[in-house]
Amino acid sequence: MTEAVKSPAQMTVSDEVAISIHKMNKWYGTFHVLRDIDLTVNRGERIVICGPSGSGKSTLIRCINALEEHQKGTIEVDGTLLSSDLKNIDKIRSEVGMCFQHFNLFPHLTILENCTLAPIWVRKTPKKEAEEIAMHFLEKVKIPDQADKYPGQLSGGQQQRVAIARSLCMRPRIMLFDEPTSALDPEMIKEVLDTMIELAEEGMTMLCVTHEMGFARQVANRVIFMDQGQIVEQNEPEEFFNNPQSPRTQLFLSQILGH
Amino acid sequence: MTTLTDPPKGAFRPSMLLYDSRYRSLTLQAIAAIVLACCFLYLYSNLAANLRAAGLNISYDFLGNPAGYDINQTLIDYTSQSTNWRAAVVGILNTLLVAFLACVTATVFGVLAGVLRLSPNWLVRKLMAFYVEIFRNIPVLIWIIIIFTIMTAVLPAPSAFRGENASSSMLFDAVAMTNRGVYVPGPYFTRGFGAEGNGALNWLLVIAVLVGSLIATRMVTASADAKQAETGVRPKTLWLNLGIWFVPVIVVLFALGLTWDYPALQGFNFQGGLKIGGPLIALWFALSIYTGAFIAENVRAGIQAVSKGQTEAAAALGLRPRRIMGLVVLPQALRVIIPPLISQYLNITKNSSLAIAVGYADITATLGGITLNQTGRAIECVLLLMLFYLVISLLISAFMNVYNNAMKLKER
Repeated sequence: MTEAVKSPAQMTVSDEVAISIHKMNKWYGTFHVLRDIDLTVNRGERIVICGPSGSGKSTLIRCINALEEHQKGTIEVDGTLLSSDLKNIDKIRSEVGMCFQHFNLFPHLTILENCTLAPIWVRKTPKKEAEEIAMHFLEKVKIPDQADKYPGQLSGGQQQRVAIARSLCMRPRIMLFDEPTSALDPEMIKEVLDTMIELAEEGMTMLCVTHEMGFARQVANRVIFMDQGQIVEQNEPEEFFNNPQSPRTQLFLSQILGH
Repeated sequence: MTTLTDPPKGAFRPSMLLYDSRYRSLTLQAIAAIVLACCFLYLYSNLAANLRAAGLNISYDFLGNPAGYDINQTLIDYTSQSTNWRAAVVGILNTLLVAFLACVTATVFGVLAGVLRLSPNWLVRKLMAFYVEIFRNIPVLIWIIIIFTIMTAVLPAPSAFRGENASSSMLFDAVAMTNRGVYVPGPYFTRGFGAEGNGALNWLLVIAVLVGSLIATRMVTASADAKQAETGVRPKTLWLNLGIWFVPVIVVLFALGLTWDYPALQGFNFQGGLKIGGPLIALWFALSIYTGAFIAENVRAGIQAVSKGQTEAAAALGLRPRRIMGLVVLPQALRVIIPPLISQYLNITKNSSLAIAVGYADITATLGGITLNQTGRAIECVLLLMLFYLVISLLISAFMNVYNNAMKLKER
């Protein structure tokens, strides 16, 4: 790959369905967080979800790997129906990687141990092999030299890249990002976004909650706007940014792109 | 235009001692040290002058004289003809015994209550909150007295076990709970080493076997780790470990001819077996539940200090709840729990001196009580007492700090 970035259209999207969500509803007590969410994600798709805070975008992606329970409707990941069955939850979690706003690295383990923990205990990978996989992905996110340090000794951007590598070590087919750059300095945002762009180029299916509109334009092939627990609008990035349909979207875009 | 130059190196002036940040703290420390030394000097000279006026001198000779009093619960041989030093040692052992027992049970109560206080079950959660609030908000001395009163006033006298229509009976014909203490079967050996085959050597042998088992299980764990590192699959070690713990020690106990000596009513009291005195039980239990309530709060704080994000990240990686607890939450929670736990162990050790309220013969009761009163050597006795508690506390502290340092979080 000599060109820095391919345009979204050049990246392949297959017809195979990776995630299908149908009429999904969720309540926190009496508060209706998600209303009748319908969403189909094809393999290789890169979706950016944006919206005002409290609109339910984080909750939506957290429902996909069962960190939050939904009360109505169905979620199907790679053909596995998400239910309260622990086997199904395990299967889905081992195929879906996730990165958090605050990285959530394990502070008592070294970078290498952070990356090998799940392969060793969940995938039953021999330690040596797990370490090789971990080093491979640490090289990919460009911090193999930090492998023996502890998370507290790394910068925020480095920690988030480790978190990405840690997820990749489980060889997920889908990656979820929950505001991965919101807790970072502007300089560090770029290094994390570069890592994510690289991942997108390799054809990873990605769902990303973010307000990085540059990233959305460059990488996403669909942008979803949510408000008050509903999907208000979804479109290709160009159309979404240049020609937003609903007034709520227009207001939101004018506010975040205005400065 | 300004240029940077070295600040002028003015000559040293005495006022800089107070108004220059380089010297100020040194000056203040020197003043404090001098004031402190003067205080000690005054106290010491005052003591020396008063002792001289009273015709007294500091001497530890009294430790070699016969004590002349009896002690109801002793771990080593002791009679009223033994020396004051031996009485002190009996007290030390009794203090260590109750402190050790209370540390163990307080930890068990505390961990259980602390974990259960976070239970999703409303009833369990509230019950544990009730336990914690009741026990830590009432002074431990009152708990000691309450429990001792229950033991002496509610439990039957040995005479109640006598006769055809006895109003009390022994539990399983083996345990007698009386107002003089609890009598349980005592183990002894028939084929062992030493006098009548029942020397201390036998117990050393049993302990040696247990230590051997401990080392063996460590080796089993290490080999399981190695196997997992190599193949990825961790072999099941539960049954093997249980076997290693139980089989050798049972074989040894059998070979030594372990027999139980059951307590039996003779005359006015029970004879034989092992007597656990009422004061010991009251002190042990009170210290355990009281300190357990504090430890419960430490444990709860420790678990809650691990952010929810840690559990979520581990769950998102596909780890099961048991593994999340063992691999992610507990290692981090322990770091928060251990430092206050050290303080609680120190509190137990020092609070055990409240033994004097129920007549348990700890070091404060023997050396600091009867010996002090009978010999009049107050200064020497109190100095020795202070030294003992200081040494024990520092030892516990040092031991726990070594553990704490081994678990510490590495940052930058």
